[in-house]
Amino acid sequence: MSTTFTLNGKSTTVEVDPQMPLLWVLRDTLNMTGTKFGCGMALCGACTVHINGEATRSCITPVSSVAGKKVTTIEGLSEDASHPVQKAWIEEDVPQCGYCQSGQIMSAAALLAKKPNPTDADIDDAMSGNICRCGTYQRIRKAIHHAASLQAGK
Amino acid sequence: MATTSLLDRREFLKKSAASGAGLVIGFYLPGKYEALAKVPAKEPAAINAWVHIAPDDTTTLVIDKSEMGQGINTALTMILADELDLDWKKIRTEFAPAASVYFNPVFGLQGTGGSTSVRGSWEPLAKAGAAAREMLVAAAAKKWNVDPSTCSTEDSMVFHKASGKKIGYGALAEDAAALPVPASPKRKDAKDYKYIGKATKRIDSKEKVSGKAEFGIDVRRPAMLHAVVARSPVFGGKVKSFDGAKAKAVPGVKSVVQVSTGVAVVADNTWSAMEGRSALEVQWDEGENAKNSSDAIRKLYQGRVEQTGAIARKDGDAETALSGAAKKVDALYEVPFLAHATMEPMNCTADVRADGCDIYAPTQFQTFAQVNGAKLSGLKPEQVRVHTTYLGGGFGRRAEQDFIVEAVELSKAIGAPVQVTWSREDDMQHDFYRPAVMVKLWAGLDGSGKLTAWKSRIVGPSIMSRFFPGSVKNGLDDTATEGIATLKYDVPNFLVEYRLTEPGVPVGFWRSVGNSHNGYIAECFVDEMAKAGGKDPFEFRRGLLSKDSRQRGVLELAAEKAGWGKPLPAGRYRGIAVVESFGSYVGEVAEVSIDRKSKTLTVHRVVAAVDCGRHVNPETIHAQIESGIIYGLTAALKGEITIANGRVEQANFNDYDMVRINEAPQIEVHIVESNDGPGGIGEPGTPPIAPAVCNAIFAATGKPVRRLPIRPEDLA
Repeated sequence: MSTTFTLNGKSTTVEVDPQMPLLWVLRDTLNMTGTKFGCGMALCGACTVHINGEATRSCITPVSSVAGKKVTTIEGLSEDASHPVQKAWIEEDVPQCGYCQSGQIMSAAALLAKKPNPTDADIDDAMSGNICRCGTYQRIRKAIHHAASLQAGK
Repeated sequence: MATTSLLDRREFLKKSAASGAGLVIGFYLPGKYEALAKVPAKEPAAINAWVHIAPDDTTTLVIDKSEMGQGINTALTMILADELDLDWKKIRTEFAPAASVYFNPVFGLQGTGGSTSVRGSWEPLAKAGAAAREMLVAAAAKKWNVDPSTCSTEDSMVFHKASGKKIGYGALAEDAAALPVPASPKRKDAKDYKYIGKATKRIDSKEKVSGKAEFGIDVRRPAMLHAVVARSPVFGGKVKSFDGAKAKAVPGVKSVVQVSTGVAVVADNTWSAMEGRSALEVQWDEGENAKNSSDAIRKLYQGRVEQTGAIARKDGDAETALSGAAKKVDALYEVPFLAHATMEPMNCTADVRADGCDIYAPTQFQTFAQVNGAKLSGLKPEQVRVHTTYLGGGFGRRAEQDFIVEAVELSKAIGAPVQVTWSREDDMQHDFYRPAVMVKLWAGLDGSGKLTAWKSRIVGPSIMSRFFPGSVKNGLDDTATEGIATLKYDVPNFLVEYRLTEPGVPVGFWRSVGNSHNGYIAECFVDEMAKAGGKDPFEFRRGLLSKDSRQRGVLELAAEKAGWGKPLPAGRYRGIAVVESFGSYVGEVAEVSIDRKSKTLTVHRVVAAVDCGRHVNPETIHAQIESGIIYGLTAALKGEITIANGRVEQANFNDYDMVRINEAPQIEVHIVESNDGPGGIGEPGTPPIAPAVCNAIFAATGKPVRRLPIRPEDLA
């Protein structure tokens, strides 16, 4: 069965089982491996993508449910790591192993799109679904505030 | 364990120089460079095993350690960039293939662990860099017909100031590679370091924030198939029989294959393989562990802790001093099994062919991967190429070989490249766990509250009995006793016993290994002693450490920066702990509050002081201490793997949760400037956090926390 959606701005059609989670369609069918598998149960946030702008866990999202929608992955966030969140992540030296960071960045970008100047409580709310086993949380918090300034052109 | 001497390296350097650049590349560089090796002209010249310089000056540094977040590719790049005077913008890095020249001098094989990377590699790598620089200078001097001592280097160029000549490394590389390797190259003076000792941003951030960094699970090969494996739910269980018919009926499933660890379902994508496994029917012979449980293990330990053990350390006569002590303290502490829970679940990709085998793995031990690849494929080790990817966390889990063995067995059986992926549940239920341990402790104080005798008896499994059996002698395993047997306090009568006890649960290296449990136990017990002697915990420790002790240095710095002794807001309490591990000293002060109604704990702030000796990148020290604290805090607050009916009861992050951003304390890291030999930094941040937090709870409640994880009843 075919499903058509907009992926990083391009119309994309895949011939897969409609129940197949979007995560595996991205990783195995389309070989877009920037979106990560962490838990398969929406518990860790490593697979976070944007669906119509909303941060969504792709590991439990059947591909059929994104038909006609706009999906953005880490590969589509910017061409060259120039999104304010990515820039802030580099400047604050956030990543360690880096495996969770695609998901962290997608969650943070969705937060900043809605709340350009988030409080620490906003950050806790938006980011507590994303686990980082390297414990980069303090830098993530700092980087989100930094990204907010970059986004505001400060 | 075999050891590698510097001679081996020197031999290699000579041989590589003598044999010409092309040959070296062909033999030692990973897959991507094979094509280049066939056209040696104008291609990167191998000055030595770590340095390859292309005609356009682009310098490829070969990183022979696994990058699992600890920042080692940045640190090793800084060392080489300084000794070689490289232009930072012209550097790229590659992970090393499996080869003896890349053996970790500490292990005698190629691997990353034990916080050894900078400690073990700094000197040999700096020397290799300095030798390469001298060869480049010699090549320039010959070209210009000048004395090499009149030449200087900077930003990947050689200069001859007197004549105003300059030339890029790229134009010299081929000539330099053919020169003899200097035996004692001149090293750069530390005061001239441009990178070493300066806070330097990681070199891998850009690829890691754009989804481009390739982890093991991201490897994609032509015609690659995906597999998942059904493993015995009970440790040591075997396949009795299986029926793959229903699994094969799942669309996308190609085959069902028995492997040494269980039954694999192979499909054209990971999800189909997982669906196939759900439909797979396997009968297990669960074996002798089927009735094992956490309760049974605890009872076993409770019996053993009353029996004497092998002596791991004996100073003075603890038994006699204890019997004559004015005041006695004793306690029984215990910690559970813990899973590693790396964010990237275990995985490996293998491609076994008649003429060779490629293993693409997020591994901490390349030599084992190569040896296992050869053994299982029937090929020679030199026909097995190990491609190390980025590791999505390691923490000791990726020192193991199980995921590599599965991939090689499957690729051989199927005759195609196969990627085996573990689900989170597989990862959590088939780990090599941090040992569950029970420790009984006795202390004796004199009339003034001074510690005169300390005896500890440790009961728990031995990691080394499985990993390096030869290293376990007379019932002693250093990894089980470190953190207590290695204590630095001045105690005249000190006895440590170890009772090796196998619980029927596989155990392995978990960030900071024995220090992770013994550091907690010893440092909490120290607070119990201090209280019994009527002393402040900081002052009590200080009294047990000589003035020049590095441990005392970090104790005092942590206390000072945390404001030890100064008033806190109502309801806040402090706890302190100091642990030496892997050659580094870390003191931590935790500031907590307790909501007694809801029995919840908040860790507000952690102040850490670190003495890791001479260091390469202070930015990495900050990051690794922050990381080690969060890792240890998760264990203290939440971590517990339990066994029932021989099975691990936890499966995913819902029942084995992690500290998340909303629970992460503010962390401050202070570095002691030191010229002592370098210590490790990947692990030493972890051991002090559990005791610092538990000692803060002890300060709040008056009750010691003798069992992890911290339970609601500990907060009453």
